[in-house]
Amino acid sequence: MSDTRDTILTVAIGGAAGDGVREAGASLGTLLTDLGLYAHLSFKYPSLIRGGHNYSRISFSREKVFYDYNHLDVLIALNGDSVKRHIGHLNPDAIVFADAFQPDELATLGQNAVVLPLAEFAKSINASPITRSSVALGAFCYLLDLPLPKMVDVLHRIFQGKESDANIKLAEMGYECLQKLGFRHTKSITPAPPSEAKEFVEGNSALARGLVAAGLNAYLAYPMTPATSILHFLAKKQDEYGIKVIQPENEISVINMALGMGYGGKRVAIGTATGGFALMQEAFSLAGMTEIPIVVAVSQRYAPATGAPTHSSQADLRFVLHAGHGEFPRIVMAPGDPEEAFQCGMDALNLAWKYQLPVIVLLDKHVSENSMTSTLPSNGTIERGRLVDRVEGDYRRYAITDDGVSPLAFPGTPNAIIKVSSYEHDEEGIATEVMDTIKAMQDKRFAKSPYLARECADHDSVKVYGDAGSSNVVVFWGSTKATILEAAKHLEKPAKLVQIVWLEPFPYERVAQELSGARAIVDVEGNRGGQLAGLIREKTGIDIQKKILHYDSRPFDPLELAAELNTYFA
Amino acid sequence: MENLNLSTSSPITWCPGCPNAQILVAFRQMVTELVHDGTLKFENIVALSGIGCHGKITDYLNMNTFTSLHGRLIPTMTGVKIANPALTVVGFSGDADSYNEGMEHLVHAARKNSDINLFIHDNQVFALTTGQASPTSPKGFKGKSTPAGSTEEPFDPIPFMLTVGATFVARTYAGDIQRTKHIMQAALAHRGFSFVDIIQPCITFFDTREYYKDRIVWLEDSFPRTDRAAAIAKASEHGDKVPLGIFYQVNRPTFEEELHA
Repeated sequence: MSDTRDTILTVAIGGAAGDGVREAGASLGTLLTDLGLYAHLSFKYPSLIRGGHNYSRISFSREKVFYDYNHLDVLIALNGDSVKRHIGHLNPDAIVFADAFQPDELATLGQNAVVLPLAEFAKSINASPITRSSVALGAFCYLLDLPLPKMVDVLHRIFQGKESDANIKLAEMGYECLQKLGFRHTKSITPAPPSEAKEFVEGNSALARGLVAAGLNAYLAYPMTPATSILHFLAKKQDEYGIKVIQPENEISVINMALGMGYGGKRVAIGTATGGFALMQEAFSLAGMTEIPIVVAVSQRYAPATGAPTHSSQADLRFVLHAGHGEFPRIVMAPGDPEEAFQCGMDALNLAWKYQLPVIVLLDKHVSENSMTSTLPSNGTIERGRLVDRVEGDYRRYAITDDGVSPLAFPGTPNAIIKVSSYEHDEEGIATEVMDTIKAMQDKRFAKSPYLARECADHDSVKVYGDAGSSNVVVFWGSTKATILEAAKHLEKPAKLVQIVWLEPFPYERVAQELSGARAIVDVEGNRGGQLAGLIREKTGIDIQKKILHYDSRPFDPLELAAELNTYFA
Repeated sequence: MENLNLSTSSPITWCPGCPNAQILVAFRQMVTELVHDGTLKFENIVALSGIGCHGKITDYLNMNTFTSLHGRLIPTMTGVKIANPALTVVGFSGDADSYNEGMEHLVHAARKNSDINLFIHDNQVFALTTGQASPTSPKGFKGKSTPAGSTEEPFDPIPFMLTVGATFVARTYAGDIQRTKHIMQAALAHRGFSFVDIIQPCITFFDTREYYKDRIVWLEDSFPRTDRAAAIAKASEHGDKVPLGIFYQVNRPTFEEELHA
């Protein structure tokens, strides 16, 4: 790590499922954000409810942190297993908090093994065992000389009455425990001036808020990791947002019900993991055929089939690009972090209505469930599209227009008869087998294409970071943005980092322009086939030879990735 | 609305004499009457269909329609009703459409008590795909995919729908247009999930007109419509006599009422 960089510290909280590891991570990330720092949290867990090993890992700094690191400066072990699992991934001088240590662990850690009576403290105030992580949060504040009152404030906000007193009391006890020992970390970090606008937010919640900012009326979903937290977030907030949240009997019902609601005039989004989206294929095609606006949030997890449910993948790019039988226009966008998730959620709903077509927001486990210090807009814009409130005379739902977008009226509108059909249909919406009509309707839908291409050019469909003039280029999409931007801090040579956000329509001119003249282009993806590289070749003719492909379902480590990239760049 | 024209430009492609046309006539008459007497606003009616011979009906209705996918009209209907509870949502489906492909939706719509009206064109055969055994085909049915005869027991929709919680359960016969119309009207008037199985002989692939001619019997007006056990027992008398009429009707809060409460 170069000396000019601000210190980046990494802390992990490990425990069994049910130990509140996720909540403790969120509390810590919020605290660090409130202290004017930047934090990135990844949450790792197996597919089970009790037991197993969960951990929240957070890297933080005064400068923006895009991803968290494998090696820790602080480990908060809520059980003995956590010490065992992480002891091999500690930076020099790393501190470990635990109830107790094994002799071999003490031998390795020496005085950096800090016994914190987590369970005992919780028991002493008759609090439930899940609150014991707060002892460590308090101790963490003393360890890094961070203000305890800020932590108290965070616990107050996060627990809102429910057990907040116990958590606060335990944090104070943890702080005092370390204070008595006078124990500080050798590394330190100074809080920065706090910013009101910054918050510590998870990708799925940010996406959900983007949808709401674009006037969402309803969200429908069947639970499936890693999309489930969109459902949970919106269900909890539905009254505040004035939306309806519905969990139908299966994914097929989700999308068909959503299309019924869209036909009825509601702005609807649905969400699922890629396995659930596989079940929706026929109705996704129906959305294309009926031109009913719909947003589908699809979060990738390791597949095929049930795969590794709580682990990540970027192997479904080709799947969503070609989803649904037949040919019909669609938009596919893949945000790389919570701020982009918000933007894509808002754009997706607006564009679905403007162009009357299905829009996919392609996420993955990391974008969905990781949290990051972010600035999200406080409000959004709502594009209603070509709505018709009153009809006098002729109304044809599929009237042929120059841009392929027909006037959109809903049932209940006097003088309008609104017919939609899964069959190819004429302008009125009546099934047809007349070949000229069939061709005309397909041309009508694809008349939207040039307008979609213009939207693609007008949006941040390609983003460039790093040294824009460098002939070393890294190209990527989705959540790999996070690891690549973090890895870039450790590159030996300057590099231009090219993120492709819109995958359909594909911004081929811009991509070709950004890649042309490069001496070395490296494609980085979380799949085995190099799906983006294939897409770039298809759309631009540029054949990327150098690929870093990761398909073990676990994320890239920024330092390991930087080391690998360094071998490519002269 | 004096001249309610419910015909469309679409040529009717059902087989000449197909009882589907009788269902179409019953529905058009009912809509005309309800609109004329002010019970319904024409623009507030939405008719949906699945896929099969029955599914062509939406093309023949000059009103708001949604021709859905095979087996998927039920969640689509619920979606329309949630979107705008002022709409009257009617769905036409078939025995393969809702007893095969969309069975799960049938169960859950009943359980939810979604305020929608489902009319099943039950011809006991796959007709549009030219004659295979359907869930309501009798055991031993010789279709193109079961040349030696179907080995499966038929599905009995009425007791099933009573068991899973439908709040309006009826059976009618397509050939009796007036009674079918009255049952449709009662279904629409019912607040909650209305289920009507319409026996609709397929004159091409499974002509049951003779079979039903002497078997169908209409329930007495005195039949107790709120006794589920009695309704199940009555509906199960499916032998020498096939009882028709409204077996059951009770009130329960609807899905949409609860959702919008």
